[in-house]
Amino acid sequence: MKHILLIIIVSFFVFSCGHKSEHPESEEKTQQEEIEIIGAGATFPYPLYSKMFSSYHGLTEVKINYQAIGSGGGIRQMLSKTVDFGATDAFMNAEELAKADNSIVHIPTCLGAVVISYNLPGKPNLKLSPEIIADIFLGKITKWTNKKIRGLNPDVDFPNQRIIVVHRSDGSGTSFIFSDYLSKVSSEWKQSVGRGKSLNWPVGLGGKGNQGVAGQIQQLPGSIGYFELIYASSNDMPVASILNKSGNFISPGIESVSFAANVVLPADTRVSVTDTDAPEGYPLSSFTWLILYKDLKTNVKSRRKAEELVNMIWWMIHRGQKYAEPLHYAPLPNEAVMISERILRSLKYDGKVILSK
Amino acid sequence: MKAGNISYRIVKDKIFKYFIIVAAISSALPLLFILYYIVSNGISAISWGFFFELPKPPGEIGGGISNALIGTIILIVTSSAIAIPPAVLLGIYLSESRNSMVSNLVRNAVEVMQGIPSIVVGILVYAWVVEPSGSFSTLSGAIALAIMMLPIISKSTEETLRMIPHYILEASLALGVPYYKTILRVILPSGLSGILTGIIISISRIAGETAPLLFTAFGNPFINWDITEPSNSLPLLIFNYAGSPYKEWHALAWGASIVLIAIVLLLNIISKIISKKWEVKF
Amino acid sequence: MINKLAMNSFSGDQSFKFILLSSAAFILMLVAGIVITLYYYSSLSLSTFGLEFITGSTWDPVSGEYGILPFLIGTLLTSIIALVISFPLSLIITIFIGEYFTTGMPNTLMRGAVELLAGIPSIIYGFWGLFVLVPIVREFQILFDIAPYGVGIFTSAIVLAIMIIPYSASIGYEVIGLVPKELKEAAYSLGATRYEVIKNVTLSYSGSGITAGVLLSFGRALGETMAVTMVIGNSNLLPGSIFGPGNTMASLIANEFTEAANELYLSALFETGLILFIVTAVINILGKIIIKKFVSGTK
Repeated sequence: MKHILLIIIVSFFVFSCGHKSEHPESEEKTQQEEIEIIGAGATFPYPLYSKMFSSYHGLTEVKINYQAIGSGGGIRQMLSKTVDFGATDAFMNAEELAKADNSIVHIPTCLGAVVISYNLPGKPNLKLSPEIIADIFLGKITKWTNKKIRGLNPDVDFPNQRIIVVHRSDGSGTSFIFSDYLSKVSSEWKQSVGRGKSLNWPVGLGGKGNQGVAGQIQQLPGSIGYFELIYASSNDMPVASILNKSGNFISPGIESVSFAANVVLPADTRVSVTDTDAPEGYPLSSFTWLILYKDLKTNVKSRRKAEELVNMIWWMIHRGQKYAEPLHYAPLPNEAVMISERILRSLKYDGKVILSK
Repeated sequence: MKAGNISYRIVKDKIFKYFIIVAAISSALPLLFILYYIVSNGISAISWGFFFELPKPPGEIGGGISNALIGTIILIVTSSAIAIPPAVLLGIYLSESRNSMVSNLVRNAVEVMQGIPSIVVGILVYAWVVEPSGSFSTLSGAIALAIMMLPIISKSTEETLRMIPHYILEASLALGVPYYKTILRVILPSGLSGILTGIIISISRIAGETAPLLFTAFGNPFINWDITEPSNSLPLLIFNYAGSPYKEWHALAWGASIVLIAIVLLLNIISKIISKKWEVKF
Repeated sequence: MINKLAMNSFSGDQSFKFILLSSAAFILMLVAGIVITLYYYSSLSLSTFGLEFITGSTWDPVSGEYGILPFLIGTLLTSIIALVISFPLSLIITIFIGEYFTTGMPNTLMRGAVELLAGIPSIIYGFWGLFVLVPIVREFQILFDIAPYGVGIFTSAIVLAIMIIPYSASIGYEVIGLVPKELKEAAYSLGATRYEVIKNVTLSYSGSGITAGVLLSFGRALGETMAVTMVIGNSNLLPGSIFGPGNTMASLIANEFTEAANELYLSALFETGLILFIVTAVINILGKIIIKKFVSGTK
């Protein structure tokens, strides 16, 4: 009896040693070339980031572990310094910046569109006005057969169904862009809900992440929600054209987003481009940003890691931009790239500049 | 008892019996259907590459779950290493001091630990380990899992050791063997199978835990061997991929579900074999 | 020589006992640490909201107003409905293995099935619920002209019920096993049928044990997170009906903990954790006390 037990114990040790014998190999790698950078935040650019980081790993062996936990999470984890970089589609407000132990910089990586998508038979491309969108998400329009909706879309055969609103359950930059837009176009929305990453939603159910909302909408007939364009196009989901300030119905796309992005950027790049003045611009467009401490020693453990991180971001705003268009994100305008370069050059580690170029 | 009509009572008895049989089977069968559904959905995702490859970016076909598989194994080994020593000692303590004020207090503490919701363990370890250390890590995930293993192992150790009759302890002490040697060399080995069973059951419980890992082990698209870095685990991967809108990721999640169930099942079978073959009998 | 040996063993014993005691001290410190940590991080929210934290029905991170009534109700509703669904089913399974088929093939099969189901991790139940149960529930909702969310309180209650059936059945099985044979035999010898024995002896005798089992299952349902998060709909409003979306305390924490960027928000989430911890701890200890009384009563 004891012998058999002994065998089990011995084999357990052999088993665990077996793992260790694989270990040195990977350890060597860690010492020589492998560096792991941890980032967290926005789900909005996640498909692009995950493509960029996977390509970058192929080029440089640098591993970037990006977890899409939502923009609110990205900001919070930056403030608690548990990640090397954060990502958000809602630039940090003054209150949040004041809470940080050190100054924080924003670096735009691309532009995206928040689309209104829905689950209706035949996947029609609806036309929606800001008023209708606000009323639906305020719970005032509850049926697809509503007159206002039918008025704008006379050719669509609407089912006699309740509208199910799907929103984000986590703190989200996408929600911020969406509510920022609605706050600009609807005074009622501004008063009763306001703008924010987490909102007190008057109706509907919550999905976690852009992917969660898209997943819910695919499952629920009659539902409507908002998320980043790529989540619609990669899942063959219909999107609405939205009436913009100039009175045109604009469908989301790289071009219409780029029109909206054509603004004068402030030096810290924190700018909202929703409800654009551009006649061909899509009104629910936004930059998305990476956030870093100005002195990376605040949260990054070694200078080498900080260098790799800054190099990686440099790559993202230059060569990495080629991955944007295939995934339906609008690449950065030249002006934004130039400002970002300036910001990246100003970054320091323990008081010393990181980029020497 | 009212003596009713005999045949009426017998009929009632028969009806009840068949009702129980039919109802029990018909409530168990749909439950087993869940298992069938999972297996039939996930089996197509499983191939060699499934075990050895990394997940692909969303929307790209193929990819595997090697990062989560290795993460789960490392999490299990690390959390066992953290939980087993104090848990077994605690079990010995509880079995040796049966009815003192302190031991009853400790027993209640173990009870409280066992009932603590796993999500609460997650936020505690975030506050204790992740924030102070400034990084999400496999280690913090392992600590969270260890906290969940601790009460299970110590309770099973206590129960096993209690079954060993007192005369063995007394015989050993009477021979002049010191108390600690008696415990370590006589009592503990005779209860080894029970303790081992408890350990394996605790592992099978925590292998599928997701909630405590959300804010600790965090997730990682790459294979990670370093316990100070974040890592993925099977349940985390299932959670993240199940809610995504990508069919390829759903397939990976179903496949990972099969692997996870297989691991848990295997552990349960091993624990059964151990406790049957080396039952503590006196 | 003998002296030296005695000395050695003495110090060995001493240090061994010290180690044992320190392991006991460790667990006490751990539990104290848990309570202190939760309390410490909640203190801001406790002092800001006081009792209104529990009675308030608005959870609004934009304006900084936090009340957890919707989640308290969501948690209680899902758990209670889950108990109502699972109780008769687990009782039936208990009687099946504990009374009619105490040995043999049917026993092995049924127990095997129950154990198998107990081993499936909750995340997988959630996954299954999302892809199988939600569409089914939605079909019914369309049929009865209720808003066809699919996800919601009722759906998560079903998933929870399935998850706790194996747990409560295994407690029930142990409890029934403790009913003294002599009692049952006495009843049989008086000419009672099996049905009468089950009804009047087994079940009435083990009543308090079964109550404890229900309590323990309830405690388990309260703290369950992942499966519920996936199918409850995550709506932070007071639930309008049990077929609509809601949220529980545990899934609120899971959804919002990583992103609470200001002190008050974080503190409110910790207080939610504190309340959840206290409720489950009380229910668990209560259940264990009843079980202990029951077990010592059978001896």
